[in-house]
Amino acid sequence: MGTTASQLGKDLLSEYQELTFLTKQEILLAHKRFTELLTKDEKDLPNTRVPVERILTLPELKSNPFRKRICHVFSTSEYKDGSLTFEDFLDLLSAFSDSATMEIKSHYAFRIFDFDDDGTLDCGDLEKLVNCLTGETDDTRLTTEEMRQLISNILEESDIDKDGTVNLSEFQHVISRSPDFVSSFKIVL
Amino acid sequence: TTFLLGEEIEVSTFQEERERERHRAKRSDSDRERRKRGNGRRKRASRAEEGKGESQARHDRREKGRRKRTRQDNEEVEVRPESLSSEELEKLKEAVDERKKLIQVLRGKPWPMKKKCVTLWILKKESQEFVEKYEGALGKGKGRKLYAYKVMMTKKWMKFQRDFENFKTACIPWEMKIKEIESHFGSSVASYFIFLRWMYGINMILFCLTFGLVMVPEALMGRPYGTIPRKTVPRAEATSAMDFAVLWDFGGYAQYSVLFYGYYNNQRAIGWLKFRMPLSYFLVGVGTVAYSYMVVIRTMARNANESGVGDDNSFNFNWKMFTSWDYLIGNPETADNKFASITTSFKEAILEEQESRKDDNIHLTRFLRVLANFLVLCCLAGSGYLIYFVVRRSQKFALDGLENHSWWERNEVNMVMSLLGMFCPMLFDVISALENYHPRVALQWQLGRIFALFLGNLYTFIIALMDEINLKREEEKIIKFNITTWEASLYNGTVSENSTAPPVTIQPADVPRGPCWETMVGQEFVRLIISDTMTTYITLLIGDFLRAVLVRFLNYCWCWDLEAGFPSYSEFDVSGNVLGLIFNQGMICTFSQMGAFYAPCLPALNILRLHVSMYLQCWAVMCCNVPQERVFKASGSNNFYMAMLLVILFLSTLPAIYTIVTIPPSFDCGPFSGKQHMFDVIQETLELDFPAWFGKVFSYASNPGLVLPFILLMVLAIYYLQSTSKSYKEANVELKKKLQTVTQISFSPLALM
Repeated sequence: MGTTASQLGKDLLSEYQELTFLTKQEILLAHKRFTELLTKDEKDLPNTRVPVERILTLPELKSNPFRKRICHVFSTSEYKDGSLTFEDFLDLLSAFSDSATMEIKSHYAFRIFDFDDDGTLDCGDLEKLVNCLTGETDDTRLTTEEMRQLISNILEESDIDKDGTVNLSEFQHVISRSPDFVSSFKIVL
Repeated sequence: TTFLLGEEIEVSTFQEERERERHRAKRSDSDRERRKRGNGRRKRASRAEEGKGESQARHDRREKGRRKRTRQDNEEVEVRPESLSSEELEKLKEAVDERKKLIQVLRGKPWPMKKKCVTLWILKKESQEFVEKYEGALGKGKGRKLYAYKVMMTKKWMKFQRDFENFKTACIPWEMKIKEIESHFGSSVASYFIFLRWMYGINMILFCLTFGLVMVPEALMGRPYGTIPRKTVPRAEATSAMDFAVLWDFGGYAQYSVLFYGYYNNQRAIGWLKFRMPLSYFLVGVGTVAYSYMVVIRTMARNANESGVGDDNSFNFNWKMFTSWDYLIGNPETADNKFASITTSFKEAILEEQESRKDDNIHLTRFLRVLANFLVLCCLAGSGYLIYFVVRRSQKFALDGLENHSWWERNEVNMVMSLLGMFCPMLFDVISALENYHPRVALQWQLGRIFALFLGNLYTFIIALMDEINLKREEEKIIKFNITTWEASLYNGTVSENSTAPPVTIQPADVPRGPCWETMVGQEFVRLIISDTMTTYITLLIGDFLRAVLVRFLNYCWCWDLEAGFPSYSEFDVSGNVLGLIFNQGMICTFSQMGAFYAPCLPALNILRLHVSMYLQCWAVMCCNVPQERVFKASGSNNFYMAMLLVILFLSTLPAIYTIVTIPPSFDCGPFSGKQHMFDVIQETLELDFPAWFGKVFSYASNPGLVLPFILLMVLAIYYLQSTSKSYKEANVELKKKLQTVTQISFSPLALM
């Protein structure tokens, strides 16, 4: 069930509508933007995989500090290189769309923040997360002391079982009470 | 076949799907139709997934196991397809429905698309197989037809719902504009435009109500212009009635048209439809207010639900970490600003957590804060007095005749009010530097003060207006007296025979007219909104655009860097703009029943204004503003704005109700002329149009003996609901504490191991 050359078939379109949170216009727009990323000869092959560098040229992802993690999480490639097919791309847009549920957003958010893919957010993950958020330049980074303090505050708030890491249910418990999460965790083409 | 519900379903290859399909087809009644359908699916699947080979040994084993299980199932059930009892039929139907529900929740599962596609295919196939297998048993023809019909209808209904959702999203106006602003400025600035769009929607509905039920019937079915005195321009003003200056001021032909209250005839039923004009006018007025209240309260309730229980501080750091990045940002400059603001907010939060705020000099801070509040009060009092003074002056000018004064003097009131609204908030900003509050607290104080300023202005304006109304009513009494003498003088001229005096035909333009205070009120509001709009646009053009042009072009030849230092580009002031919008809506227009009641053209004007504002401000934001340095959370203030809107609604309904209930309508203009009170129209309708028993019931219902206990009951209900909600909140806190201690106890021995 991949994409053919330049047109999405009608039953494929309706199937995508059933399986994602996107509307028909959004799916068609996604298809258009995705085919713009393909080279000429790639356009004829079904089910092409676009390498991660080209995905990151999309303006919606370019300025995002988590762009590489997002591509990695939604990629179904065997080599874990972050390349996306059109269906992966649709999955990405569906999870980040306006009508997606809190559960699916928090599930993917957890996977994006889990830098080492071990299923929990430990100190290393949290440190990398903070560094992503504070920007690339040195003068905006936090000192080691501040970092340590920040991480201990975070674990104090959310680590219920006191194992030093935040697992998925603790994460979802915290996120579900946030008023901003659903509105900020949104990408629209 | 509940194994499908678990998360353990592995993606199998399509080759294996085909295998299973073939097996199943062989096992069951080898229906040719079914095979054909299966073939069709297989073809599509194979076309799509050619060359994918991801088989694993575990897959094969699982598939074999599954095949065996389904084979057993099918064989079991195959034994007696016809002889099923009704309970088993029911169970089957439930199983089919369950599958259907599964299909619907499939989109909410965090699986890759391929897995979802396969599951969908399997579920659909299985439910179809069920239906086919038991179509014999499902009924002697009639039952089956009904079932098939139901299935088809649900499918069509789902498709219709989906298409309708698509259509609705396509209909939302300005989506692309707002999306562009979101990507450049973040979601807090975009929230202002979303709010503007929401206001536009509300005003559109109010406009449809007033236009469709008040203006159009009078224009089409009422008596045309010039037939009766109230609809004609008086002879004295006729020469200047078409002047642009007069029209801009809403006098002349604009005044004597459906735009204002005075034009409407008090005839009980007009046209061949017997349209009850006065009743409709009154009910539309009440309806607009009721609708506004309802919409605001419903939005507030929805916001309160979504934002969860108000646990503002318990997850402060976590929220900063996980939810502070705005994924809509697509612009590198905004992203840099966001990075900086996140870093600052982290550092601030860490500091606050580490040390408690020690006020070195509590007394000095307290003194400064008291001083600041005193200064603010002085400002407010000063502005209130200024407005009152100016309105009195304008009344004096009106008595002298408006032509003798310059343009400034004629529009003094509106100009002063707009200018105050522009400069006082800046003054408050400067004063608040004395207070040294946390930025969020300072913002709330600022908003509160601006709110008080606008409210004070509004009420002073209304009080001054009341004075004018009383003046006009005095005038009215004099004119009424004069009219009787004038009429007597008319008859004196002709041959006076007592009962058969021929009716004297007089041009409607010549009849002496009472001063229509309602139209005057409507005109004042309309003038106010126009001047306010003009001021906003002009400050926008000068304050933002001109400033940006100067900074950009003078920078080449100036001593210091204009872009980095003073004055630099302006930022988009979200809270100020939102407040302005709310106040315009509440103070002048349709929310205030005074406005729309006395000038039905106000909703239309408002729509026009919002439309232009949307385009102008979108352009100005993109062209002249830079992203904010400190990015504030838009959501926290959401309910705050709604609450302010509600308060303004309420406060502006009060004067309107007062005028309607106490002041009798003018005797010669408007749909209620001739009545003692405006709400008498309801009484009249009840007596004349409804059957007698209805009137009796209504009079019993409005008996104070019945109304007071009802009010008491409602107060008790509110008290009860509030105490239950409080107890739920406390139970919530208790449970949370319990959860923490329980998990700590249960996990700590494990952690030690």
